[in-house]
Amino acid sequence: MRIVLVMSIGHTLLGLLESGPCHGYDLKRSFDERFGRDRALAYGQVYSTMSRLLKNGLVEIDGLESGGGPERKRYAITDAGVTDVEQWLGRPETPEPYLQSTLYTKVVLALLTGRDAADILDTQRAEHLTMMRELTRRKIDGDLGDRLICDHALFHLEADLRWLELTAARLGELTLEIRK
Amino acid sequence: MTDSLLSGHDLHKTYGSTPALAGAEFTIRSGEVVAIMGPSGSGKSTLLHCLAGIVRPDSGTIRYDGRDLTAMSDGGRSALRRSDFGFVFQFGQLVPELTCLENVALPLRLNAVKRKEAEARGLEWMERLEVADLARKRPGEISGGQGQRIAVARALVIRPRVVFADEPTGALDSLNGERVMQLLIGAARSTDAAIVLVTHEARIAAYSDREIVVRDGRSRDMARAA
Amino acid sequence: MNVLRDLRMGAGFAVTGGREGWIRTLLTAIGVGLGVALLLLTTAIPGALSARDERGRDRNEQRGQAAQAGDHTLLIAHADTTYKGDEIRGRLLRAEAPKAPIPPGLAKIPLPGEMVVSPALADLLDSSRGRLLRERLPYRTVGTIGDKGLIGPDELAFYAGNDTVTTGDRWSSVLRITAFGSPFPADPMDPRLVLLVVVMFVVLLMPVAVLIATAVRFGGERRDRRLAALRLVGADARTTRWIAAGEALAGSLFGLLFGLGFFLIGRQLTGVASAFDLSIFPADLDPSVPLAVLVALAVPFAAVAVTLFALRAVVIEPLGVVRAGTPPRRRVWWRLLLPVAGMVALYPLIRQGSESGQFNRGQVVLGVVLLLLGVTAMLPWLVEAVVARLGAGRVPWQLAVRRLQLGSTSAARAVNGIAVAVAGAIALQMLFLGIENDYTKETGADTTRAQLAVSSDAQVGTEGIARIAGQIRETKGVRSVFGRSGTRIAEPGEDSGPGASLTIGTCDTLRELARIEGCADGDTFIVDPRTSNSVGGMQPAPGKNVVIDPGQGPRTSAAPTPWLIPKAARTVPGRADGSGIAPDGVLATPGAVPAAVTRQLPYSMTVALDPAVPDAIDLARNAMARVDPLAQVYTLNETRESRRFANVRTALFIGSTVVLLMIGASLLVTMLEQLRERRKLLSVLVAFGTRRSTLSWSILYQTAIPVVLGLFLAAGTGVALGAALLGMVQRPFGVDWTGLASMTGIGAGVVLLVTALSLPPLWRMMRPDGLRTE
Repeated sequence: MRIVLVMSIGHTLLGLLESGPCHGYDLKRSFDERFGRDRALAYGQVYSTMSRLLKNGLVEIDGLESGGGPERKRYAITDAGVTDVEQWLGRPETPEPYLQSTLYTKVVLALLTGRDAADILDTQRAEHLTMMRELTRRKIDGDLGDRLICDHALFHLEADLRWLELTAARLGELTLEIRK
Repeated sequence: MTDSLLSGHDLHKTYGSTPALAGAEFTIRSGEVVAIMGPSGSGKSTLLHCLAGIVRPDSGTIRYDGRDLTAMSDGGRSALRRSDFGFVFQFGQLVPELTCLENVALPLRLNAVKRKEAEARGLEWMERLEVADLARKRPGEISGGQGQRIAVARALVIRPRVVFADEPTGALDSLNGERVMQLLIGAARSTDAAIVLVTHEARIAAYSDREIVVRDGRSRDMARAA
Repeated sequence: MNVLRDLRMGAGFAVTGGREGWIRTLLTAIGVGLGVALLLLTTAIPGALSARDERGRDRNEQRGQAAQAGDHTLLIAHADTTYKGDEIRGRLLRAEAPKAPIPPGLAKIPLPGEMVVSPALADLLDSSRGRLLRERLPYRTVGTIGDKGLIGPDELAFYAGNDTVTTGDRWSSVLRITAFGSPFPADPMDPRLVLLVVVMFVVLLMPVAVLIATAVRFGGERRDRRLAALRLVGADARTTRWIAAGEALAGSLFGLLFGLGFFLIGRQLTGVASAFDLSIFPADLDPSVPLAVLVALAVPFAAVAVTLFALRAVVIEPLGVVRAGTPPRRRVWWRLLLPVAGMVALYPLIRQGSESGQFNRGQVVLGVVLLLLGVTAMLPWLVEAVVARLGAGRVPWQLAVRRLQLGSTSAARAVNGIAVAVAGAIALQMLFLGIENDYTKETGADTTRAQLAVSSDAQVGTEGIARIAGQIRETKGVRSVFGRSGTRIAEPGEDSGPGASLTIGTCDTLRELARIEGCADGDTFIVDPRTSNSVGGMQPAPGKNVVIDPGQGPRTSAAPTPWLIPKAARTVPGRADGSGIAPDGVLATPGAVPAAVTRQLPYSMTVALDPAVPDAIDLARNAMARVDPLAQVYTLNETRESRRFANVRTALFIGSTVVLLMIGASLLVTMLEQLRERRKLLSVLVAFGTRRSTLSWSILYQTAIPVVLGLFLAAGTGVALGAALLGMVQRPFGVDWTGLASMTGIGAGVVLLVTALSLPPLWRMMRPDGLRTE
């Protein structure tokens, strides 16, 4: 089971740099620590992102160390970079309304083909609750960060579930509508 | 299921002319947490009341620990509720004139435990539920979340084998609701008590091991539906 | 004008406030109604008693109206009797002319052998209980006596027609009258009785005031929440108060109507209820108009005042009700001030009351009111102080004590009425006991020696007495009969002086009156003056010349006869007979006195009965009625109570019982309201497996604790007040323990009753239905 964090990696790295210059490797570690959870950031992705930021003038090279290991650049955020982070944080995310849901499609198809739509809903409901149980368990055992992330997912799942319940209660009405 | 602690079979109950239960099934094992979900008016609370021996179903059988609950007298069921069952409700359950500690100790005292000992044991449970500092306060002086924790402590103080929780977080915000559920589940697990949890909130039901859905007085075991 | 608008709005709420509002208004109306009914009853009682007195006087017959038979004269003879402890007023009537007066309540004089009876007597005669009485009254019933001729609906009375009675002279027990009714005004009441009545009214009316004050606060908590909702939509604090007052006003106005209804119904019931031996005609209970108007004005005014006063300590905020902070600790000093002030007001009156002394009624009322108000002021403090110190015991006790600790005011308020009533009643009982000796006379009768005393004007002579005694003696259940006749002896001559008594009877009879060794007919004895309680008078001696002068004696007018006290007369120590009369003067056997004398004398008898024979008394009375219908037969008692005093005492018992029952009703309403509010909690407790008995006991304790404290305080105050009242009538201090016990017993009974009546609804609410939220 994965929780996919949908986020802008460029803005996140910039934001992490704002607390002080640091090396690419440290940036990756710090990102993984806070937001990695299920999937660590690939090292290559850090470098490609940093070079894009460098090109856009949002970061600058603060120092260069060589010898021992790989080349180590120290990055620092520029004023333009700080402005960019500020703008990103201040901009609301567009709510995603999921207007075309697979579940809805399944229910309609079941009704059209004369299958038991209630069964489909209940099966889905059980599946949702199973995942919610899993998340709840992780939430109980995890730290505050885990809890916030799990709750985010739980609330979304709960919203689905409430939709499932509501739809179950409206199946009769829906059948009439569809078979008109 | 052979190892079930409490089970109900083909339960029917009608209030006036409104059928509340029409053939409901239920079973729970020791230490298990089972959620009863369903729309309002579907009969979930009635199912809980029947299972707890508060209400006698019109027909059907309820077995608890090898005994037939439906055949027991009112007094016998009361005694059973005193000794084996714990209860948490949505609200209005603490005796307003007793202190919180006295409220928690009340079930023990109804079981003829001496006041000193009852209150000592009550205080232990209040500590476990992190509300020991409210011992001398009265229910009117504490918040809703604190009140529910007191109620949980009171439900668990007799170390019941089954805890019946009817919308225990219904009157609480998410944060307090979650906290109360964690404490309830944690404490019940530690004593191997089973929990019958009536709720309409999926997030609360997610604390259970299993759920059944009641619709129009009929139950549906979702573990089997999946 | 705003106030009027708010009042009207509140009144509107009282009527249109949905089911809950209606119930509240109804409860208030019932409570106020009961109070009003009691007030009306109280204002009507003096009128009722005087109406009763008046009818009693109107049917009295007055001696000395006519000496000779005329065309308006009626002969009337007393034939009162007692049957199974109930007194029966009997009169024999013989019209001497067609225009003879007719007694009130009768259409005409019954013919000989016929009688007209009161409805109560008719019922008694028809019942199996009246079997023996039918033998005693061998007349045909031809009608009933109208209400005009009776003092109460339960009075037993008859008028029988007769053609044999004759009147001998002006002292005869048979009277010749030309009209019924007494021309004299009624005796004024003794100031001590006035004191009793005044205190009684105060004592009965104060709990009624408490009751009304409690009634207008029924359901106050719920109303406060409703007022909070009004504040939310913009009413200010002052407005809400007046709205509340308007609600109370409406409730009290309904209460007035209810009260009138209760009163009219209750009035009918008084006609039937004879449980207290005081029967009053419904029509006599007619409240005096000014007092009724006063009640009609005072009650709504009080309702508004009480509501505003009660809301003084309550702040109704838009989001809820706040009791003004933590209520200030109840202070005791000003509460103590009231009873102290009461004692100060009563103190100067102590030792004032004498037989003729009058009391300053205003001062008495003020003192008593202050003392009793002291109870109402002390009780909340006392309940709070004591309850705060009570420990938690068993679960029911703990529940009750904690509940009282959280709010004892409403409980104390409800109990106040009981406490005041009991305190007052205890004080009155003490006063009764203190002056009882004045009104209850020691008769000196020795009821082990005789149970009946007979006295008759019939002049039957020695043989007649022996015959009558013999006939009575043969009656079943009679052990012994001693008959005798008595008259006076005096110095011969014009100025005869005080004289002494002469008692004539057989040796057996005389032995009842003196310690006599040997006795035969013809013997005469002189009672040793040291053993008689007569003071002064003539001292008889053997061989002394005297006249036997029945004119000096009772009820005859025979001529004096000279008599020589035999020289052989012995002096013997006297002793009182069974009826308690100690002889003096001369005791003579019939042979020692000229027979012509004995034939002119009335006689008396004492009768001893066999206690093992049931109805022996009534059998003996029947026998006596057969032999000599005009003889008066008394049941011998060791004490005799003044009739009027007994009525006052009866009224007190009725009053305090009614008041306590009404307060019990208000306690019950409060308790039921509390239970209804806790329906949900009760269901939860049931879920926990709480036993019925646990909650039942808790309710008992919850009612009992304040009541016990109230009774305790009431006993203290009552004894103090009683002591003051006794001081006022100059009687020694003494606690009437039976009165104390009976009043506290009634109080405790009310607690039990309230608890018992609360249990069925409690059990109903303990059904799990209350848990249902769906």
